[in-house]
Amino acid sequence: MEGGRFIVSTSPHIRDPITTRRIMCHVIVALAPVTVYAVVIHGIHAFYVLVSSIAGAMLGELAMQRGRGLPVTLDDCSALLTGLLLALTLPPQLHWWIALVAGLVATVLGKQIFGGLGHNLFNPALVGRAVAFVSWAGYMNAGYVKTAAIGIANTATHKAIVKAVDVASGASPLAAMKIVYDPASSPIGPGGVPHGIQASSYYKPLFLANPWGCLGEVSALLLILGGIYLLAVRVIGWRIPVIYVGTVAVLTSFTGRDPLFYTLAGGLLIGAIFMATDYTTSPLADKGKILYALGLGLVTWLLRFWSNNPEGVMFAILFMNGLVPIIDRYILPRTYGTVKKPRGGETS
Amino acid sequence: MDAPSTVVLPLRQHLGAPCSPTVGKGDRVLVGTVVGDAEAFVSAPVHSSVSGTVQNVAPYPHPAGGEVLAVIVENDGENEIDPGLSPRDWKKLDEDGIRRAVRSAGMVGLGGAAFPTHVKLSPPRQYPIDTVILNGAECEPFLTSDYRLMLEAAEEIVEGLRIIMKAVGAPRGVVAVEDNKPQALRAMAETIRDPAIELRSLHTRYPQGAEKVLITTVLGREVPSGGLPMHVGVVVNNVGTAQAIARYFRTGMPLVERVVTVTGSVVRDPSNLLIPLGSSFASAVEACGGFSETPAKVIMGGPMMGLAQYTLDVPVVKGTSGILALSSAEAGYEILREPVCIRCGRCVQACPMNLIPNYLAIYGHREKWADLERLHINDCIECGCCTYTCPTRNPIVQLIKAGKVELERRKALVEKRRKDKAGAEQGEGGGDGGR
Repeated sequence: MEGGRFIVSTSPHIRDPITTRRIMCHVIVALAPVTVYAVVIHGIHAFYVLVSSIAGAMLGELAMQRGRGLPVTLDDCSALLTGLLLALTLPPQLHWWIALVAGLVATVLGKQIFGGLGHNLFNPALVGRAVAFVSWAGYMNAGYVKTAAIGIANTATHKAIVKAVDVASGASPLAAMKIVYDPASSPIGPGGVPHGIQASSYYKPLFLANPWGCLGEVSALLLILGGIYLLAVRVIGWRIPVIYVGTVAVLTSFTGRDPLFYTLAGGLLIGAIFMATDYTTSPLADKGKILYALGLGLVTWLLRFWSNNPEGVMFAILFMNGLVPIIDRYILPRTYGTVKKPRGGETS
Repeated sequence: MDAPSTVVLPLRQHLGAPCSPTVGKGDRVLVGTVVGDAEAFVSAPVHSSVSGTVQNVAPYPHPAGGEVLAVIVENDGENEIDPGLSPRDWKKLDEDGIRRAVRSAGMVGLGGAAFPTHVKLSPPRQYPIDTVILNGAECEPFLTSDYRLMLEAAEEIVEGLRIIMKAVGAPRGVVAVEDNKPQALRAMAETIRDPAIELRSLHTRYPQGAEKVLITTVLGREVPSGGLPMHVGVVVNNVGTAQAIARYFRTGMPLVERVVTVTGSVVRDPSNLLIPLGSSFASAVEACGGFSETPAKVIMGGPMMGLAQYTLDVPVVKGTSGILALSSAEAGYEILREPVCIRCGRCVQACPMNLIPNYLAIYGHREKWADLERLHINDCIECGCCTYTCPTRNPIVQLIKAGKVELERRKALVEKRRKDKAGAEQGEGGGDGGR
């Protein structure tokens, strides 16, 4: 009975078992199916892209932390996740060294320069991708075009898809539709897109097995399942992904184009579910998240239909990332008891 | 449980001015004898919980921290009751009479904060009270003392509510109970006969028992920032306080005992005990069969807001709602490297006051005092939800508490300088007016 030594600390005395690492691992688990499937669809080269990108991201983190004399935090899995997310936004036929450099850029310029985890202004994976996109535009686009031709050519899956869509072209679905709707602004040119193709013929492959596009765009279904998993384990909230995708769909149909196609195609789903919801680069409170998601939808729509590029998700997210500090300064929840006037008397 | 051979009665068991001893070494005291009292309005007298001899009046470790002057009484085991005590009919007393009686009974809020009850019962005239809420939403996880009381003393609770309603002139009373206590709800429903009193079942969610949260849940009213419940016409009391008030009027016995939840996985026989105030934590644990293994942490109160103890040799005081002993598995949690906020927003979601806890913690850490005020740091009720939920194990609420203290200190300093300067300027004139 007589006094043991007790731990003395201030309240609270219990903690939720959740940790940063556990959160990162949840996201990695949510991405696992689409990652594996991407390698299945695209072949071994996709695996090289994955490995180079992740290695680059982890090396960048390691080098910066070592260099700055800080504890190395690779074990929180956040650099791993950054590399994985980056890889999923890269074309499967990309040179491995571009993926490696993009990975280095992601953690060095995208994250560690700002002070590391929790301090970066922009989504690190997208910073890496943006640098690759503007530095090696030819390779990045070539990666798309060659996909279908090289990746799973002559496999049963590929044949089935080709038959289903009746498109033998390598152009990504978004690029193909860009050519259809707006031939003048397309950088790819009209080659290889069959005349009179319908957006709806892409539904099935986009949903189940899409060989034209980045690693992470192979299946909308797997991305949505990953999103549901993250919602279920409460790692993300519904507001950002649902409002973002919803805004794009609504604006797209206002423009007179097929909203379902523009939801499934391109980077919208992976961006909305896995990138826009990044904690550090999205607003803290619900009201801010709603505003942020609306802005994402608007900018994505503007870029997709009124810029030279068929896709706009990456720059939309990077643009809105830049507004987050302002949103978080001015769009905060009303503190309990601060606006309502007291009943029958002035505040003391 | 029976009182141990010695009881320690600290002269500060409430928020407000400490009492001065009214007895000295060697004096004989009886159950209910006043041993300490104060002139101040915000204070409450302390009574002996046993009959016996005053062994000493000296500082003694207090469960709320530090040492407090205490009257130490050697129990003679006779339980002789002070003959001056007698039942009183509250129906014959006016509001002021009830307030005086409640004060003389040493009544304080038994939920844990120990705010003197008569002060709550004295709202100024410009704030008419229309509703008294009895808080039966257990303040914290693990604690079940309110629950037991509602099962066993429903009638006294309701009577206590009616006494409080009379004292503050409120036409309406609400007993608020969380919906995970169906038996308590039933017991209260069977007892409430008065149409002016309503029973409300609330969704179980910590910190439902926090005063402001409770008022908003029950009445939809928000207590203004920096304000008190009376500013929205409400007085909130714990069910335990109401029961103690009713018992006082029925028996004349002031507050000398209370129900305490003694629990935790290492307590052999976890129970709710009626414990004479001043009994040591050690004796309370003993009465529950002792510990099955040495606890890693002993807490007065609950796991969210309770106070960790360094010894069991502290007395049960009026604010002791529970004694919680945690094993090392429960008390230990992985302390992560330097916590870095990842802006996940869990604390923002969890905060019942709609604050941005992570910013408050960061700004406090970086000494950005103006930002702390802009983000309403003083509206924090210190419930600990932010800290519980933080995946980086950032001690958010601790940083907020520290920020509040430092902000107050600085504001006082600025005020003092301003005054000094104003004084100096009267002589000289001019001055730059800067801080």
